[in-house]
Amino acid sequence: MFRLVEVVKSYSGRAALGPTSLDMPVGKTTALIGPSGCGKSTLLRVLIGLVSPDAGVVSFDGSPVTAETVRQVRQRVGYVIQDGGLFPHLTARGNVALMARHLGWERRRIENRVSELAVLARLPPEMLERHPQQLSGGQRQRVGLMRALMLDPAALLLDEPLGALDPLVRADLQDDLRVIFQSLGKTVVLVTHDLGEAAFFADRLVLLRDGRIVQDGTPADLWHRPADPFVTRFIQAQRGPQVPGEAS
Amino acid sequence: MKRTSLLALALLAGCSSPRPAAPQPVVNVGDKKFTESILLAEMAVQLARQAGVDVHRRDLGGTPAVWLALTQGDIDVYPEYTGTITEQILKSNPPDLAAALAKHGVRISRPLGFRNNYALGMHKDTATLKGIRTISDLRNHPELRCGFIPEFQDRPDGWPGLKKHYDLPQTDVREMAHAVAYAALKEKSIDLMEVYLTDGEIAQFNLLVLEDDKNFFPAYEAVWLYRDDLEQRVPEVVRQLRRLEGRISEEDMRRLNTLVQRDKENEAVVAAEFVNQKLAAGIEAREDSLALRLGKTTLQHLELVMPSLFAAVIAAIPLGILAARRPRLGRIVLAATSILQTIPSLALLLFMIPVMKWLVGSGIGPAPAVAALFLYSLLPIVRNTHAGLISISQPLRESAEALGLSRMAILWQIELPLAAPTILAGIKTAAVINVGTATLGGFIGAGGYGSPILRGIDKGDLSLMLEGAIPAALMALAVEGLFDLAERWMVRR
Repeated sequence: MFRLVEVVKSYSGRAALGPTSLDMPVGKTTALIGPSGCGKSTLLRVLIGLVSPDAGVVSFDGSPVTAETVRQVRQRVGYVIQDGGLFPHLTARGNVALMARHLGWERRRIENRVSELAVLARLPPEMLERHPQQLSGGQRQRVGLMRALMLDPAALLLDEPLGALDPLVRADLQDDLRVIFQSLGKTVVLVTHDLGEAAFFADRLVLLRDGRIVQDGTPADLWHRPADPFVTRFIQAQRGPQVPGEAS
Repeated sequence: MKRTSLLALALLAGCSSPRPAAPQPVVNVGDKKFTESILLAEMAVQLARQAGVDVHRRDLGGTPAVWLALTQGDIDVYPEYTGTITEQILKSNPPDLAAALAKHGVRISRPLGFRNNYALGMHKDTATLKGIRTISDLRNHPELRCGFIPEFQDRPDGWPGLKKHYDLPQTDVREMAHAVAYAALKEKSIDLMEVYLTDGEIAQFNLLVLEDDKNFFPAYEAVWLYRDDLEQRVPEVVRQLRRLEGRISEEDMRRLNTLVQRDKENEAVVAAEFVNQKLAAGIEAREDSLALRLGKTTLQHLELVMPSLFAAVIAAIPLGILAARRPRLGRIVLAATSILQTIPSLALLLFMIPVMKWLVGSGIGPAPAVAALFLYSLLPIVRNTHAGLISISQPLRESAEALGLSRMAILWQIELPLAAPTILAGIKTAAVINVGTATLGGFIGAGGYGSPILRGIDKGDLSLMLEGAIPAALMALAVEGLFDLAERWMVRR
């Protein structure tokens, strides 16, 4: 679905992304992981044309993404960011339906699609008439997901979608998201720094460091066959809760 | 860009001031907005009306503005003094004044009868105490505090020439308006001021006019200056005006000035009574009721504020968008509008007289005032539009882009609505400033609340000042209130 060939991006002389080549096949969920500043968000934004690479080629569905085609690509790709990125002046419904209205969908079709998505994203229908600031963090994220899915895109890009949520809400949404990914069978690219979350969603993990891919494989590959001591360190740094032993 | 927007704005201004549809010839009478000038202009208005034409009085600024308006054709006639013509307008003393003026397309009447020379005035008490009677006596009193109008300080026949001619030592010279100087002299916070021989205040405040013992001040005989083409267009008007030649004595003028200055009588009424008495003209003049006056000034004020604000909104929001989109260009746009803001408002108004003459054929009245107000209104709106747009967070901006909306759609559906409260606040600031600044329209005959304020200052008439100041303040409050309501409505949405 997405293909990067020798893509390079630097900001004022500092390389954000080294020469990187990557393929993301149709219907698979890929997680881009790594520490802050490793280039995973840049990589995701390159895919949808929010960042234009200094060199290299990005293609979507077999054709290169250019200034002329980028808007069509964006309409076929859903994009979700932390906290939903909702427009505060529009209601939840307004946010979700914005693009469909812009494209001139019929009212009935829009209403049906929004209701359908509310069921899918498990958003109580009465929340649709609220403005983003009247919604909880989890609800905002559900609306953000609905907005991304409105046009039934071929692919879904998520940039730290659950980063701002408390653990219980987060676990709930993780479950829902996995069901959605699996039932829709879309190509999903997810950026996260949480290895557990990445392994929960993805068939394939891409670990980046300083703008380069360190290892690209299944979760089992990373755990059992680390390509580099850094992979081991990254895995070990994600520790579970340390339960203190009971005094006997 | 600038020229087209000015044109658009001028069109707006043109639409909002109704032109008389009647085929009656129109005559505009100018004056310099001090009592005597207004009284003479009012006499001209009423006499011209006898000739069956549509007459308007235009209260303009100082000599340069009135002369410019006359030569440009914005006004047809105004009262002037021979001394001002030679010293300030022609800057020479030609043997044949009429011939020299004819070169400018201007004609001069015979003297109206009185002289209004410059002179120096002092409180009689101070003069007696210090033993001063003539201007030469001032040489021994360097401590005297002087208050002169700016024009007197600049004119060669004013303070600079006088100082040289008499070798005067005074250094404590302050700039103040004529009416303010009289008040200051009365309070004895200054000792010496320039007066005009026909000032009603001379008797009123018990002043001594110092003898010009070395004959410095040139003669200032009152005359009509009128355009060549007035004689051809409506000779009857010229004939009517010339009926006053030689008919107004210094005594008369001082009395009329006092009636207006001290007794706060209406200029039109005083002028009509005088013309009736001298020329048996049978003119009826009465003062408009307060409600009618307020209605008129309110309407005029709105005609200045609304088109200028409307045009500013139309021009400034795109400029603000441009500034936000192109940061380098944006700095230039913001700097340019800031510079406009620093130009003193009166200077900008005067500058607009020839500009608007060239653009729309009318250099006085509402057009230049609307143009100046338009320029002043730009900054707050441009700045707030810019600020509102650049404060939209990067994630929101990217979310809009990532949806696949076009740039235009992003602007209209996301960016402008998000920036709307800030933009509205900018428009509110511009509107409130505009209502206040529009009072300066009084200086160039644009009417509005400025007219009674300026007349009130000139006459020392507090109630007349308040007749302009109170409604202006109320209008500013009302505008602010309306915008507050709009803001609240917008936030609720």
